[in-house]
Amino acid sequence: MNITLTVNGRVHRLDVEPRRALGDVLREDCGLTGTHLGCEQGVCGSCTVVVDGRAVRSCLLLAVQCDGCSVRTVEGLAGRDGEPHPLQRAFSAEHALQCGFCTPGFLMLAVAALESDPAIADDPERLRELLTSNLCRCTGYEPIRRAIMRAAGRP
Amino acid sequence: MKPAAFDYIVPGTVGEAVGALAEAGERARILAGGQSLILEMRCRRCLPELVVDINRVQGLDQLRVEDGGLQVGALVRHRAFESPRVAPGPLGRLLSRTVVNIAHPPIRALGTMAGSLAWAHPAAEWGAVAVGLDADIELRGRAGTRTVAAHDYFHGPHRTECRPQEMITSVRLPLLDDTVGVAFVEHRRTRAGFAQVAVAVALTVLDGVITQAFIGLANAADRPVRAQVAELSLIGAEIGSSFSDPVIFGSALSDGHPFGHAARIAAEGDADPCAQPYADVEYQRQVVAVLVGRALCQAASDRQAHAGHDGSAGEWR
Repeated sequence: MNITLTVNGRVHRLDVEPRRALGDVLREDCGLTGTHLGCEQGVCGSCTVVVDGRAVRSCLLLAVQCDGCSVRTVEGLAGRDGEPHPLQRAFSAEHALQCGFCTPGFLMLAVAALESDPAIADDPERLRELLTSNLCRCTGYEPIRRAIMRAAGRP
Repeated sequence: MKPAAFDYIVPGTVGEAVGALAEAGERARILAGGQSLILEMRCRRCLPELVVDINRVQGLDQLRVEDGGLQVGALVRHRAFESPRVAPGPLGRLLSRTVVNIAHPPIRALGTMAGSLAWAHPAAEWGAVAVGLDADIELRGRAGTRTVAAHDYFHGPHRTECRPQEMITSVRLPLLDDTVGVAFVEHRRTRAGFAQVAVAVALTVLDGVITQAFIGLANAADRPVRAQVAELSLIGAEIGSSFSDPVIFGSALSDGHPFGHAARIAAEGDADPCAQPYADVEYQRQVVAVLVGRALCQAASDRQAHAGHDGSAGEWR
């Protein structure tokens, strides 16, 4: 089936089987391997990308469902000059990653939350609830929480 | 694992969707949010030959208040219920307290209330609310539309009144007036797990006396159930004086208190729990009793906190 995906501002015209998940198509057809597929059953959140402004699991979404949609992946965060996104700089500064497998998912989860709902940085309970969406097995969640607060400009 | 191959269509209208279902029947599946369906297809426990993606059907994403009810279209996502302003009064509070128990934000961005009812997992939160409030579920097939009350809708795990040739087009939840206090209480083993038991309560209290009670239970049987015997035991109960006792908020809710009594009835009479790998039937009953007791306390407290909003209820204590 022929679909069009706009990924990080670039238009991709693709011919995909309906059974293929968005995450697999981003990695294999678009060559964007920054999105990590972990559990492939919606639990770990490593594959989180932003589709039309909302963070979603790219393992539980068929690529054909996204025909005509705008997708953002971790590759789209840095500026054109390669300057990391403020959230990426904050993850580095707060040591919010170690092995890095979960990091693209956490970055996309956080960027969508901060852009659509900046007040979440002022609500510790909601931010904590947001961070239960994804799994991290190295640093734990506290440095990730601090990085998001730092990127949001909170002391 | 990856899903097996299937044909995929994207109807533009409900008519086209049910037309496809009429021909494919049990070989087809409706795709709305897909947060359960795609997982099951990945595990190859669900092998549809045709997937009917209704996400582009116009009008199914509507959410509106009309004729004393909240009409929820088949494409309304879980996240729409995160604000208590989704519906006026106690219903909005109940829905917003329920939805935070459903998975987490990225799943709630896609999953739908109607899809949850269609999937009919016994532990699903919306099942407890739909049965507790006796929602109406609108089913559409090529032959026409029929409305099924939630108490007739669920037949068992993943089995419902909805025929393979039909789809849910909307769910209607009754509005609750300001004399009603609401609560939703859930226990699960981990933050990401399914409900071990969940309880939805709507309690009408006038002058400290319970005049009506709705109690919906999830994962307390092979399908969501309404605790009707427990509800009956509460009618006429006076909670005005004893409710101020803080001890009833803890596990010390005694059988002598109307809430403790109702909780025990719900657990022993209304619930029909199935043994789980990590909890036998007796333990599940105990969880039901504790959670129903907590939910009733919270509903009474909610009623008290919002007393006087309609002018007439006033200080019911």
